[in-house]
Parts: sequence; structure tokens; C-alpha cells
Amino acid sequence: MAILLIYIVVFVAAFYAVKIVTKTTTSKKDYTSLKTVTFGDESAVSPNRAASIISVLSIFMIWAAFTGSKLIPFHVPGPFIGELNFTYTAMNAMGETDDAQVTVVVYDVQSGKIPKKPNIEPGKGFALNDSAKIVAWRSGLIKVKRNDIGGKDSGYKITSINGQKISPKEEIFIDNARIFMTAKGTLNFVPEKGWQMQPVWLPPPEDVWSRLIWVASEGYKNFTLSEHLGWSLIRVVVGFLAGALIGIPLGYAMGLSGWFRGWFDPIVEFMRPVPPLALIPLVIIWFGIGEQGKIILLFLASLWIMTISSRAGVSGVKISKIHAAYSLGASKSQIMRLVIVPNSLPEIFTGARVSMGVCWGTVVAAELVAAQKGAGMMIINASKFQMTDLVIMGIVLIGVIGYAIDILMRIAENYLVPWKGK
Amino acid sequence: MKGLSIENISMRFDLKNGNSIQALKDVSLEIEEGQIITVLGPSGCGKTTLLNIIAGFLAPTNGEVILNDQVVLGPGAERGMVFQQGALFEWMNVRSNVAFGPRMKGMPKSEQNEKVQHLLEIVGLSDFEDKAVYELSGGMQQRVALARCLANDPDVILMDEPLGALDALTREKMQGLVLKLWKETGKTILLITHSVEEAVLLGERLLVLAPRPGRIHKEYKLPFAEMGSGMDLRDVKKTEGYTETRDEILSIIWEMEEEIMGKVESN
Ligand SMILES: Nc1ncnc2c1ncn2[C@@H]1O[C@H](COP(=O)(O)OP(=O)(O)O)[C@@H](O)[C@H]1O
Ligand SMILES: [Mg+2]
Repeated sequence: MAILLIYIVVFVAAFYAVKIVTKTTTSKKDYTSLKTVTFGDESAVSPNRAASIISVLSIFMIWAAFTGSKLIPFHVPGPFIGELNFTYTAMNAMGETDDAQVTVVVYDVQSGKIPKKPNIEPGKGFALNDSAKIVAWRSGLIKVKRNDIGGKDSGYKITSINGQKISPKEEIFIDNARIFMTAKGTLNFVPEKGWQMQPVWLPPPEDVWSRLIWVASEGYKNFTLSEHLGWSLIRVVVGFLAGALIGIPLGYAMGLSGWFRGWFDPIVEFMRPVPPLALIPLVIIWFGIGEQGKIILLFLASLWIMTISSRAGVSGVKISKIHAAYSLGASKSQIMRLVIVPNSLPEIFTGARVSMGVCWGTVVAAELVAAQKGAGMMIINASKFQMTDLVIMGIVLIGVIGYAIDILMRIAENYLVPWKGK
Repeated sequence: MKGLSIENISMRFDLKNGNSIQALKDVSLEIEEGQIITVLGPSGCGKTTLLNIIAGFLAPTNGEVILNDQVVLGPGAERGMVFQQGALFEWMNVRSNVAFGPRMKGMPKSEQNEKVQHLLEIVGLSDFEDKAVYELSGGMQQRVALARCLANDPDVILMDEPLGALDALTREKMQGLVLKLWKETGKTILLITHSVEEAVLLGERLLVLAPRPGRIHKEYKLPFAEMGSGMDLRDVKKTEGYTETRDEILSIIWEMEEEIMGKVESN
């Protein structure tokens, strides 16, 4: 919640800051700046580069600030770490009162240094001094009555802490901690958590980076990082190619023959809205969790998309093009080869792009369910061991690869079907 | 006998809902070799249907089309087509588009190239061989379409509103080009248009079709095409009789359109 608010504040602040800066520094006159009406004119809206950069930076900064990263100098308050004291007042069975001091050491378990319980003097009176150690971000019961003289008697109770009255099921605040008394009269000590995230929830950026370096050199679960990612990619490529190899001819047949269209229409129309992920259980039952099952799943994921897009490519051919080719003396096979196939390529490419995206998502999901290797297996396995840094690293890599696939497909498209959309 | 003869053609479309449309009824027409004929009529009167039948894309329910003593049974290279924009092959450059017909005939590459160069020169697009067609303007694309059609050396050229999508200025230039090609090549040309002015300017003979059922309503023999092949089209428009003819045909078309509207309203 707080993070969202901060993000909104950064968004607004950056907007005004950039506005002021650009107003004072630039006086560029391009076509858009000469327009008198721009609101509602879509062509006047181009992504503000400064906004993009600040956006990425601010996400990174918020991440770093909330995880106590060493990469940036400012952070939100972290959890309390160190020693603190409080005094409690106890009343014994006879109605007498006495004070004693409690020393609590709060330490960071990630640092690797586990402190000893501090040695303290027992002190005078029937209430004796105590000590405890508690891990930051956690809480712990402190049984202060245990060492007190007569502390196990039924009438013995703690009445106040640092002079504030307390009774069972109540809580009081002292500096850097909250103390809650259980129904049985034991103190539950909760040190101040601060605003920072625990590393098991969200590790700082440098941890993710060093995890990347570690996995890249050491590998994970018997496979190197490139093997994990490579296997995912190979599955996608093989599954996609198999889908295209069957789907494109099938789509052509459906576009060109009424029998094929009638035969396959119900199947294709039914399978199209079924998300490939819903097929995972059935594919596992039929083909097991090995490579075969995954390839078949990806094949099915791309098959319908490729079929539909190539069918659309064929039926989208303008009749005047076909007529022109016939009256120029082309035969059926020449029309197929020189008109129908090239005419359908833009549609097929659109289908291929969509299909690659779907396959990439499906392979990761399939690996989450069952796999010995692959990007999805790596992150689901890491999550079982609470290696959040590895999980985040994996997600980032999966995103980067998915984006790279799309860009490559777009480059191939521009190169192979330059007439698309013209 | 050389020439194109259309004998008693009728065309009925049976619709899925049980109704049927009589798109053409008893259309007969004799066209001599080398004539340029324009066909005019309100939209939906069967112009495209007539052209498709001559081209061989549609079989008439009655009658037949005979070209040079041969009955037309399907599409053929001796009847070239020029369509409205969008019938060029975008995946081929200008050269491959123009050379498409010769390539289908198996003409050797070098001969193809020569032919392409020659034709592009005629239509005023020399040095555009390697351009992609989607880089060209609408007018240029139609020049390529004309060249592509001529490359097959057809006996008859059928044009279905070839200049319909062009702006007025380009259109005027292209009208001049059509007349020039007609004169230089001596081809038989049948051109459909919905512009009265174009029909009057380009037609040696002008046919006005009437709708429901589609039939030949009136035929004019006009001198303007002959003039236009040697004269600026703007000067042709100033010659005697042009304005009168144009206005007369315009009022016929208007009347028909109004009749159609009346029918629609009374329905
Ligand atoms: N394939 C078809 N099926 C049914 N009706 C058609 C078909 N083609 C044309 N028509 C009908 O025939 C009539 C003539 O159409 P068309 O020749 O395209 O007219 P025009 O080219 O003069 O505008 C129209 O009423 C049209 O609806
Ligand atoms: Mg038409």
C-alpha cells in the first residue's frame, strides 16, 4: 500500500519535474509542437523517453530502497537491530511488587553472526533480571517469570512494563518494540520491523545479480543456466515448428476445400478457445512428464493458431488477384505457388508471432508442473527452497527471452514480408 | 470472324434464401476488333457481371460469348483484365508483375526483361522495374496493371472501373494514357466506369445499361475517343456536342437512379 502511494508520488513528481526542465531548456519546433489541438489526436502522442527512463529507474530505486540495497545510499527504515532494555513490574502471590530489567538482543540472521545471549546480573528482590535474543522481523516469547522467586505460583503476575499498566491480551509499545501479553500472562516481544522487505520476500537487486552470476557459473540442479534456458527454448522451437508444419497445410486445405473446412471446422473452433495450460493434466496422463509430453503440449498450443492464421491468409486473398492471375494464363498450381502462398504469408507471420509467445508461456508453465530442467523448473524449485533471488532472476530472464523472441520475429517479418500492412 | 460477340446473355443468381436476382437479361453485343467501348450504368445493374462472363470467370445461365469464332468457356490469356487498384501482386516488384504473363507462357528471361522495359516505357514508368509496387502511388500502380495486361498481348482488354480509385487529376492523365494505348496497340477494349464523363471521353461506342434486369438501355456512337487520341482531353471537352452528349447521358442515369430510389421507398 505504502509502496503504491510512493510510486504514485514519484510518477506525479517526475511528471512536473520533467515538464519544468523541458520548458526551460528546449524550444524545439517540430510539427506536433505547432499543433494547436493535441488532446484526442493520437498521432500527437509519442512515448516520452524521459518518462520511460524515470519509470524504470524509479521501480529499481523503490525496489532497492525497500530492500536495504547497498547500491543506493537512501533506504526506508529497516528493522530494529541491536540491544534494547525494558523494565517490568511483577506482583507476587502475597501482593508485593518488585521491578526487574530485561535485555533483548535483536539480530539479523542473514548476516551469519549469531550473538550469544547477553550475560546479566540477576539483581535484587524476587523479580530477577532476564535476557533474550530474537531474530529481526520475527517475534518471540520471553518468559520473564521463569527465573523469578515464586514466579511459578498461581498469583504471580506482571502488572506493568516501563511503568505502563498491562494485563493479559493487551499490548503496549516501548521504543523499537511492541509487547503483547498472552492470555496466560507470558510476554510476546515483537521488535520494530521497519518498512523494509525481508530478503525471503524480496531480496535486494544486488542479491539477484550475484545469484545470476552464481547460477551462470555453478548451474542449478545438475544443469547449467544455459542448459535450463536452452532446453526451454528448444522445446518451444520444436513444438512450434511441429505445429506450423501440420497447421499451415491444414489451414491451406481448410481455406481451399469445402470438405476439409467442414471436417475440421468443429475441431478447430472447439480447440481454439481451450487454453493450452488446461491440456497439461491430460498430456501428462497420456504422455508422461518427459520431453514427449511437453513437445506435444507445445505442438497443440501452436497448431490451432497456425491453422487459423493460414486459413485466414488463404481466404483473405482478394478475388481480383486470383482473377488477374487466371487471365494472365496461370494454372492452378501456379496460382497456389505464386499468389495464394505469398498472399497468406503476412497472416501466417502474425500467427507465428502470437504462437511463439503462447508457446513460451506454455513451456514455462509446463516446466513449473513437472520437469528436470528448464526455466520454469528452475524457478519453481528455487521457490521450494525460498531462494527468492533465484526466482526473481528466473522471472526476469524469462521476460527478457520472451521479449527477444518477439523482436526477432518482428525483424524476420520486416525482412521476409515487407509488404505487410502496406 | 475476328471480334467479340456476346449473344443473348442472361444471368440469374439464385440466392440462398430462395429468391433470385436477374442480373442480366438478353444482352447481345457485337464488338469489332480494335473498338473501344465504354459501359455505363447505375451501380448494381450488372456491369461487373457482364465483364466476368466475358472474362470467363462466370458461366452465363443463357447465351454465349464468342471471341474470334471460339466459344468462351473459362478464363484465358487472350482476354486481359485490368481491375480497380489492389490486383497487383505486392510480393513481386514491378518487373515481376509485368512479366507475370510472359513467365506463365514460358518466355525466356531475357525476352521477358526486354518486354518489361518496352512496356514500362510505353506507360511512362521507365526505370521503375525494381521498385516494390506498394511504394508506388495509385496512378503508377494502375500504369503497372496496364503494362502487366499488355505484356500478354491479349486480343481484348477488359477493364472494370480501372480508374475508379484515383484522384481527379491522376484520373485525367490516365484517361489520356488509355486512349494512347488503344491507338498504339489497336486492341479491342471494353471499359466499365461509373463516371459519365469518362464514358463519353473514352468510348467510341457507349452502352448505357439499365438495372433490374440488367440490359442494354441505349447505345451511342461518339467521336471523342478518336479525337482524344490525338488531342488534349481538355480540348476534347470543349468541342461541339461534348457537353450536350454528357448532359443527355447524365440525365438518363439520373432518371434510372431516381427510379431505383423510388422502388426502394415504395417497398
Ligand atoms: N455472386 C453473386 N451472388 C448473388 N448476387 C450477385 C452476385 N454477383 C452479383 N450479384 C448481384 O447482381 C447484380 C449486379 O451486380 P454487379 O454486376 O456487381 O453490378 P455493377 O458492377 O453494375 O455494380 C447486383 O444486384 C448484385 O447484387
Ligand atoms: Mg461493379
